[in-house]
Amino acid sequence: MAAVPEPTSPTPLLELNGLSMSFGGLKVIDNLDLVVNQGEIVSVIGPNGAGKTTLFNLITGIYRPEAGQIRLGGESLVGLSPHKINKAGVARTFQTLRLFLNMSVIENVMASQYGRTKVDVVRAMLRTPGMRREEKAIRRQAEEKLSFFGQRLMGYRWNQPAYSLSYANRRRLEIARAMATEPRILLLDEPAAGMNPTETHEITELIGQLRDDGGYTILLIEHDMHVVEGISDRVVALDHGVKIAEGSFEAVATDPRVVEAYLGTKAASTK
Amino acid sequence: MSDTPDTPGVPEPPPEPPAETESGPKVGVDSWVASHEGRTQRGPLGWLAHGWESTPDWIKLLAFVAIAASLPYWLLRSEGDLFNFGLYTLLFVGFGLGLNVVVGYAGLLDLGYVAFLGIGSYTYALLSSPYYGIHWPAEAVIPIAMLAATIPAAILGFSARRLLGDYLAIVTLFFAEAFVVFTNVANPVLFGKGLTGGANGIPQVDPLTFFGYKISSTKQEYFFLIGAVAVVAGALYLANQSRTGRAWRASREDPLAAEVMSMPVNRLKILAFIFSSAVAGLFGAIFAAILTAAVSTQFGIPFLITIYAVIILGGLGSIAGVFVGAILINCTFVFLEPQTDHPGFKRWLFYGAIIVLVALLKPWYKAVVVFVGTIATGFVAHAVVQAWGGSAWTGGKTINGASWLSHWVIIPKTSHGNFDNILYIGLVVAMVVVMMLKGWWRIIALGPTLYLTAVVWENVLSENPGVTALILFGAMLVGLMIKRPQGLLGQARVEIV
Repeated sequence: MAAVPEPTSPTPLLELNGLSMSFGGLKVIDNLDLVVNQGEIVSVIGPNGAGKTTLFNLITGIYRPEAGQIRLGGESLVGLSPHKINKAGVARTFQTLRLFLNMSVIENVMASQYGRTKVDVVRAMLRTPGMRREEKAIRRQAEEKLSFFGQRLMGYRWNQPAYSLSYANRRRLEIARAMATEPRILLLDEPAAGMNPTETHEITELIGQLRDDGGYTILLIEHDMHVVEGISDRVVALDHGVKIAEGSFEAVATDPRVVEAYLGTKAASTK
Repeated sequence: MSDTPDTPGVPEPPPEPPAETESGPKVGVDSWVASHEGRTQRGPLGWLAHGWESTPDWIKLLAFVAIAASLPYWLLRSEGDLFNFGLYTLLFVGFGLGLNVVVGYAGLLDLGYVAFLGIGSYTYALLSSPYYGIHWPAEAVIPIAMLAATIPAAILGFSARRLLGDYLAIVTLFFAEAFVVFTNVANPVLFGKGLTGGANGIPQVDPLTFFGYKISSTKQEYFFLIGAVAVVAGALYLANQSRTGRAWRASREDPLAAEVMSMPVNRLKILAFIFSSAVAGLFGAIFAAILTAAVSTQFGIPFLITIYAVIILGGLGSIAGVFVGAILINCTFVFLEPQTDHPGFKRWLFYGAIIVLVALLKPWYKAVVVFVGTIATGFVAHAVVQAWGGSAWTGGKTINGASWLSHWVIIPKTSHGNFDNILYIGLVVAMVVVMMLKGWWRIIALGPTLYLTAVVWENVLSENPGVTALILFGAMLVGLMIKRPQGLLGQARVEIV
């Protein structure tokens, strides 16, 4: 584990205050407070159904919270449509993989730059010099983001349809697509799911690089504790929408409430 | 890696390749990528596909323009051929290009498309005909027609922006029907006259006149349409290659992911509607000028189905596919129509298609069995009917250039009650039976079924070209769905992985 230098005065980037959400009377997120500081990697863990993905859906505007505040760099995100939230600087990947399957690999990464580019369709039909310049910049950005993954998404893969990629490569492409929107914070929903041990190791290093070289702040949902242990500055444990523990990996992993949430009361008491 | 190569019994692992060469598997290096050259498709089909893909798209468009422009001088010499094959094919290309934006790129099932064609058509007819005595030139009327089509499209798109799939289809279909009822029945009185001319429509529409240059002969119209189609295809191609085009396709693939990835999906949908209707307005106006009339019944459901058939057959989202689809669909239509220029042509097309399909059966002796079965069934059936019913049942029409056919196919001289209908139902039953049979039984049953097809063709189908065309399109689309769901030139699409 890379030793993270203690930030002298952490500047909060993403702040959630008293966030609540329920589906048909069932509280999925209950009065949740969470702060992610600039340059931090925060992992969210918890058993299935704990509300982790709902948390991501609330931050990215897919659901509107029933109560509470979401702020990015001090600006409120509540009530904005998802594409505006992305423009404000939040990008995410999906646990269930939602690539544009019938578009080519590079087009996936080019498409997500829509919000940060400007040329309208009339100028596109006239192929003005400005349009050509912007198109080149979009392509360069896409190639740069894809090159983050070594040779896995390079070369002839650029023009292959996204559905031809393996599961692990699809996860990588989702990350590249999110990176291309130039976010201030990257939300990764189970980036290591479905990967073999070598690939998991690789993605763990890569997430570290994203922060160290790419300068991204990262909020991560992950079940694989090797990944969580390897890269997290801070770990937050959720159960039934409530934050049950927060702190370093060691502290959270040994917290009796976390063990109980994962294994049940009996197991916790016999431990 | 703590491998112990000395362990007895365990085969020695291959020596590690030097780190400089890229031959061994390494982290971050993909051997699948490195060896992809060896896996490309071979054979003539592979070469053809490779050649098509490696040709720049603007060369394809230029080649189309060159070939199309040469047609009036060798293939479509007569005025009638140029009108039926040339003009109409180009019109269908234009109609298909507009529909392709909203259905092919943006993935919205827009069933109201024909109404936008109608609006373009009526706008041109009202502003350029003796109906109101307004004779504005085309360079003014065509932009107005395009604008007139985009305004209702924007409203429809705005109200339907949150609707998906089936719901959008129903709302837009309602709009299309409302348009026909409005023009046909409502016909509000404006300046002392019904605005839309009711069931008669608006007759005597002016030919296209650009800056004093009148486009009136079929050949002039044909060359003008080649230009219009090429310009629109080029513009839509460039639009599709831009960030807007990518966003359209992304929101077709996954609207939620597109929205989260900074694309304003609702606005993009409305934009697709506006684009599609502007193209519809343009070609609707040209349509009115070429037909010299705007009639509402033209813009009904059969017309919509035909345009959909064009883009589905060619491949959704493919501009080249629209061209191919329009050529196939329109030429099928024209061949089926009773025409004086090429009598018997459709018959050769029909039998030719059947012979080709049977010849594709593998192995070859099955094809032979089917051929022999078909021909033998014919002569036996003909002889039996002749013995029983005499020439009243068999000597129907003499077939020019193929007199043996009239000794083979049973064509009654006069109509015999429900003979036609019974034949038709018999054919449907026979087809279902063939589908259900397996192995050799199917091969044996195919012979009589094909013969029955020929009888139905000669007695029923070739006499009713309109109905036959729709049945044929249906059969073509079903066959396509099974063999090539992406259409002839479409990209293979994967929905669930």
